[in-house]
Amino acid sequence: MAIFSPGFRGRRHERNPDLPPGQYEEHGFPVLTAGPTQRVRTDDWKFTLTTETGESKSWSWDDMMALGPETIDTNIHCVTSWSKFGTTWRGVSVDKLLADVDTKAGYVMAGSYGGYTTNLPMADFTGGQAWVAFEFDGAPLAAEHGGPARLLVPHLYFWKSAKWVNSLTLMTHDQAGFWESLGYNMHGDPWLEERYS
Amino acid sequence: MTATVVSERRETATARTLRFSVPDIRPAVAGQRIDIRLSGDDGYTAQRSYSLSSAAGADPIEITVERFKDGEVSPYLVDDITVGDMLEVRGPIGGWLVWRPEEGARPVQLIAGGSGVAPLMSMLRTREAAGSTTPFRLLYGVTDPDRVYYSDELAHLAEHGVTVDIRYSRRVPEGSALTPRRIGREDLEALTVPASEQPWVFVCGPTGFVEAVSDALLAMGYDEQRIRTERFGPTS
Repeated sequence: MAIFSPGFRGRRHERNPDLPPGQYEEHGFPVLTAGPTQRVRTDDWKFTLTTETGESKSWSWDDMMALGPETIDTNIHCVTSWSKFGTTWRGVSVDKLLADVDTKAGYVMAGSYGGYTTNLPMADFTGGQAWVAFEFDGAPLAAEHGGPARLLVPHLYFWKSAKWVNSLTLMTHDQAGFWESLGYNMHGDPWLEERYS
Repeated sequence: MTATVVSERRETATARTLRFSVPDIRPAVAGQRIDIRLSGDDGYTAQRSYSLSSAAGADPIEITVERFKDGEVSPYLVDDITVGDMLEVRGPIGGWLVWRPEEGARPVQLIAGGSGVAPLMSMLRTREAAGSTTPFRLLYGVTDPDRVYYSDELAHLAEHGVTVDIRYSRRVPEGSALTPRRIGREDLEALTVPASEQPWVFVCGPTGFVEAVSDALLAMGYDEQRIRTERFGPTS
């Protein structure tokens, strides 16, 4: 179906090949959260991983830092159609959290302070694709952007990068997280425009 | 889905309200949004999300667009598009910052900053259309009197059971005894349904506004589980 908007020019000359379909480049850093911002002190912060058999491991803030953070340079894509290029993060790869874990799980549910959840396939999670990030552009991650630590899974729409993340639960079957149960896509690949279910 | 512009109304010097007929759209819930996609005649497309301001299930549907300087889509929607023009829409989308009349008597506190009043207007119109008697209160922060959306309708609602308070951060109406200032804790304490009544609280506006208001509400003892927010920076 072809519907044209007469006289609509847009910014076609600025179109960047790194921009997924239906996205535009944003230079600010908008905030999208369903409720109040969580304020969590790193002294009180605790991160827990639970396997599909119910075994669990926990890390304090210092434990997490001791795992060896790395720098991530990446673009991010929000489902509300903005993308931000050239962001720099520091974070710990989830591969390090999963290193000694015996699991056959195909999916993971990330959980956050405040009750937010989001589900991801392990195929999109391991192998250098996801981090627990605590620094953005050289400064500690601000609370409104998910600090002290958020999940960072930049190749999927940014609602998958859970703010204030504090748990991972490994699952043998896929289950819908918060936005996924409200009509958003279970996978969320921006290049396939998997916005909604 | 194809949407056709059926009417338009200038809301302020920088904002316009557009009504669309979308024959195939599923009825919206108050607070939901739509995605709008514009296509140039060479196939270039640009997409943005807008909150619906029309009542739940209304036909036509309505949005209000604020023009952002150097924006890509908003200047077209505010200044160029005309009645009869068509564009593509998707939705309605979103199921969190929503209110349904079936939710009953629990009071509702709406807190809007600037163009964030749009989805809250949808809730007010839904209440009115459903003949609901649920207590509603609106606290609406704007920079100055010329920036108020839906002013006639808000005045009408204020005479028909809704408590409406508008506050100004830079300039107050002529003759007003108010002082220009940002909405702070003092205003929230004076002008909202008290936490003891356990209201739903819907907060929508720019990021800084929503952060300040929702932090203050938590400090005042409102239940975090009943505060629902939508923050937006400029959608250009």
